[in-house]
Amino acid sequence: MVDVIDPKPLTKKDYASDQEVRWCPGCGDYAILNAVQKFFADTGRDRANTVFVSGIGCSSRFPYYMETYGFHTIHGRAAAVATGLKVANPGLEVWMVTGDGDALSIGGNHTAHLLRRNLDLNVLLFNNEIYGLTKGQYSPTSPIGTVKKSTPMGSVDRPFEPVQFALGAQATFVARTIDNDQAHMAKVLEAAAAHKGTSLVEILQNCVIFNKDFYSADVDKQVRADRTIDLVPGRKLVYGKDGQLGLRFRLSAEQGFRVERCAAAEADVWNPAQPSASAAFLLAGMHADPELPLPVGIFRAVAAPCYEDGVNAQVTDAIAKRKPGVLRDLVYAGEIWTVG
Amino acid sequence: MTPPNAHSTAELPLQRLDRVVIRFAGDSGDGMQLTGDQFTRTTALVGNDLATLPDFPAEIRAPAGTRPGVSGFQLQFASEEIHTPGDAPDVLVAMNPAALMVNIGAVVAGGIVIVNSDSFKDADLKKAKCATNPLTDGTLAGFRVIEIAMNTRVAEALAESPLSSRDKQQCKNLYTLGLLYWVYSRPLDATLDWVQKKFASKPEVAAANLMALRAGYNAGDIHELFQGRYEVPKANLAPGTYRNVMGNQALAIGLVAGAELANTKPVFCSYPITPASSVLETMATYKHFGVVTIQAEDEIAAICAAIGASFAGKLGMTCTSGPGMALKTEAMGLAVMTELPLVILDIQRAGPSTGMPTKVEQSDLLQSVFGRNGDTPMPVLAISRPSDAFEMAIEACRIAVRYMTPVILLSDNFIANGAEPWKLPDLAQLAPFPVEYKTGGQPNFDVYARNADGSRPWVKPGTPSMMFRLGGLEKAPHGNISYDPQNHQHMTNMRHAKVAKVADSIPTPAVDGDASGDLLVVGWGSSVGILTQAVLNARREGLAVSRLHLRHVWPLPHGLDAIFGRFRQILVPEMNVMQMCRLLRSELPKHDYVPYNKVTGQPFLVSEMEAVITRQLQAQKKG
Repeated sequence: MVDVIDPKPLTKKDYASDQEVRWCPGCGDYAILNAVQKFFADTGRDRANTVFVSGIGCSSRFPYYMETYGFHTIHGRAAAVATGLKVANPGLEVWMVTGDGDALSIGGNHTAHLLRRNLDLNVLLFNNEIYGLTKGQYSPTSPIGTVKKSTPMGSVDRPFEPVQFALGAQATFVARTIDNDQAHMAKVLEAAAAHKGTSLVEILQNCVIFNKDFYSADVDKQVRADRTIDLVPGRKLVYGKDGQLGLRFRLSAEQGFRVERCAAAEADVWNPAQPSASAAFLLAGMHADPELPLPVGIFRAVAAPCYEDGVNAQVTDAIAKRKPGVLRDLVYAGEIWTVG
Repeated sequence: MTPPNAHSTAELPLQRLDRVVIRFAGDSGDGMQLTGDQFTRTTALVGNDLATLPDFPAEIRAPAGTRPGVSGFQLQFASEEIHTPGDAPDVLVAMNPAALMVNIGAVVAGGIVIVNSDSFKDADLKKAKCATNPLTDGTLAGFRVIEIAMNTRVAEALAESPLSSRDKQQCKNLYTLGLLYWVYSRPLDATLDWVQKKFASKPEVAAANLMALRAGYNAGDIHELFQGRYEVPKANLAPGTYRNVMGNQALAIGLVAGAELANTKPVFCSYPITPASSVLETMATYKHFGVVTIQAEDEIAAICAAIGASFAGKLGMTCTSGPGMALKTEAMGLAVMTELPLVILDIQRAGPSTGMPTKVEQSDLLQSVFGRNGDTPMPVLAISRPSDAFEMAIEACRIAVRYMTPVILLSDNFIANGAEPWKLPDLAQLAPFPVEYKTGGQPNFDVYARNADGSRPWVKPGTPSMMFRLGGLEKAPHGNISYDPQNHQHMTNMRHAKVAKVADSIPTPAVDGDASGDLLVVGWGSSVGILTQAVLNARREGLAVSRLHLRHVWPLPHGLDAIFGRFRQILVPEMNVMQMCRLLRSELPKHDYVPYNKVTGQPFLVSEMEAVITRQLQAQKKG
C-alpha cells in the first residue's frame, strides 16, 4: 500500500494526528509516543497500512494520537479485536497498545491466547504497576504490600511478572524497555517490528501522579548501569558502570537451574533463540532479587507459525482442492425431490 | 425397492393414514437421533410433509438406563400440510424402562407402544427407578403394546457376523428402524445407501447394520406382531424442489449467501455452546467459500474478533446462546458506538444462567432489544422455522451492512435441531446488496457523515489517505472524541433514528385469516407452526381468530397499529414470561393484549393453543 498523499519522506510530525495529547504532564506515555512516532518516521512506515488497536486505560488513548488507522476498543479486549482484524486482513501492520491492568488483569485471558496463537503483531505493554485512569488502585503487577486507595492496609496478592507471563503463554518474542531511555526503546521497537509473530514489549512507564518513580531504584541515570542489564542477542551477559559484572547459568541437583552473578569474564553469552524459554524465565525472575539486576532488552526471539497464516492457508487450500464454492451446491444438496 | 421376503405382506390390510406421530426414545447411546434422522430422510423422499423435534439430555452420556439419560426424537409426517412435530405420539418406541416411563405420559390413548422386552430385567428396572415392571403392572393399560426381544432378535440375525456381541447390539437401532419402515411402508433404499457410505471403510460393520435393518423389516410380517401396515400417502406440497433441512444448517447456508449478496467475505468467530455449536462446525466446512472461522478463547473474544474483522472490511459474525449473549453485551455496545456491521446469532435455550441447555425457550428477547449499558439500539430479528433460517440470515446480513449496525438474529433450540422440508429458493431471485467501501477521501473526512438511511461510510484500514480512529468513547460527527453535552444528545438521537429507519425497509407482516375479528394471535419465533395449526383449527370451528407472526422484532414493522386495531384482543403466546407482550404494550399501547406464557422447556401443543383461544373467546362473550 502506497501513501499517495505525500511523496516526500515523512517526518515524525506526519505520524502525529491532529488530536491534542491529553496525558498528565510528565507522564511516561509522552516519551513512548515520541519514540514510536520517531521510529515510524525513521523506518518510513506506511501510515495507511498501519492500525493501532488498544483497550482501556491511560495507555490505550495512544491510537488517537497516531496518524494511522486506530481502534480504541473495550477494556481488556484489544487482543481479541486485533486477532479478528489481522486474520481478516493479514496485510495490515497491527500494533496493540495496552497496560498492566488491561493486558494482565481484565484481559489476561486474551493476552495469553494472543501469544499462544502468535499472530504477527506488535504489543506495547505499558507497565506502571498502577491503575491510572481509575485514579490510583494497585494493579496485578504491583508488589505485595502496595498501599493504595483500594488497599489501605497493603495488597496481599503476588504480582504477575509480565515477561514470565508471556513466556508461559509461549510468546515468540518478549522484550522490555524503559520509557526514559529513548535509544534503547528504539532498538527494541526495531527488533519487535522485525519479528514475524507476536512481539510483546513491556515498557516500564512512570505514572507521575499515582506511582511516581516506582522504578527509580533501578532505572535512574545514576544507578542504571549497575542495576540493569541489557539482554542483547550474541553478547555476553555483562553489566555495571565498567562492565565488570556478569551473569551465568548453573544447574545443580540441589538448587536446580539458576542464574547467578559472576565476574564479567565468566559471563554466559545471551541467546534469546535457544530452544527452551527456561533461561529467559530465570532472567525475568531476577526482578524479585535485590542482589540481581533488572533485565531489559530481548528475552526471547524464536520462530513459530502465525495463526492468521494458518487460518488463511486453510481457506486457500480448500478453494484449491474443492474449487471456489458455489452457493447453489450448498442449497441444492443432499436428497432433493420435486413436487408438481 | 421390493423388500426381501415380501411374500406375506400383501396379506395384511394396508390402512391409509393422513398423519402419524412417532417418538423414538432410548439411552443417549442407543442411537435414537440417528434412527430419527434416517426415518426423516426416508419420509422426506417418500413425499410426505414432515416436522421433527429432537429432545436430548444435556449430558453426552448420562448413566445408561437412567431417566436423565433418555434421548428422544419425535417426527410427524403427513399426507397434508403440517406445521408441527405433533402434540402427542401415536407410536412410542421405547428401548428401555427409563425411556418408557419418561415418555408414556405423552402418548395418545390407544397408541402403539413398541418396547424392547429384553431390557426390562430387574437391573434395568432398578436403574430406571421402577418399583414394579411397567410391562405387567398396568402402566400400559389402554395402549397397544408390542413387545419385541430386540437383543435376542438382533443377536440371531447377526449370528454369522464376525462382530463382537457388544458391537452387534449397537445395530439394535437399525433393527428398530427396519421394523418401523415395514409398519409404515417406507422403502429401505435411502438408509441402505447411507449405511454403505457411512461404513465404507468398515465392511463388517456395514454388513451387520444392513442385516439388522433387513431383519427388523422382515420381523414385521414374519412375527405377525402388527395387525396391519399403514400407508401415509404423499403430501400435496406446493410445487417446487425440496430438501430436508435442520435450522442450524439452513442458518449457516444463509450466512454464506448473505455475505455473498453483500459481496464480502464472512469471518465467523464463535465459542462452542449448546445448542449453537453446530453453526460454527458447519461454517468451518465452508472454507472453499472464503469463509474464515475462528474458535475464540471465550464468548467475549469471539464477538471482539468479529468486530475486528468488520473493522477490516469483512462481515464479522458470531453465534452463541443465552449465557454467551450476556457475556457479549459490552462488545455489542462497542459495535453500536463504532457503527460497524456485525451479525450476532442467539440460539436461545432455557435460562436463567445455565438453565436447561438442551431445552427451548424464547426468553432472550428483552435482553436482545434492551439488555446493554447505555441507550444502545440494535435491530433484532427472529427466525420462525428451520427453513426460514436461510432467509433470515440473509436479512440480518442485509440490515447489518446497509445500516452499518450490529444485528441480533434470534433462533432457538426447537428451530436449531428441528428439521422440515425446505422449498428451495430460486437463487437468481435473491436481491444482492453489495457493500460500498468509501475510498478516495481525505484525512479528517467525517467518520459519522450519514446517508439517507442514517448510515455512516465504511472505510477499510489500508485505504490510502483516509486514516481515522474509531472507539468506544463518544465521538463528534467528524470522528474526534467529544464530551460536549449537545453532541451526546445528537449522536444518541442519530443512533436511535438509524435503527428506527430499518422499519422503512421491512415488510408489514401479513394477517393469516380475516383482517378483523375477535382475536389476533401474535407470535414470534419457533411457535409459528403450532400457532398456524391452532388458529387454522379454530377458524374451521367458526371462531373469529386470525394470526400474525413477527420476524422483525426490533424495530417493529410499520402498520401493526392499524392491524391490531381491527381486533378486539391480541393474544400473545410466548415461551417466556411476557417479554413480547411487554414490548407491544409499551410500543403500541392502544390495544388489549392477553399474554399466554409457558416455560417448561417444551414447545406449545396445538391442542393447548386451541384451548387457550377458545377460552379467551368465551371470556370475551361473558365480559
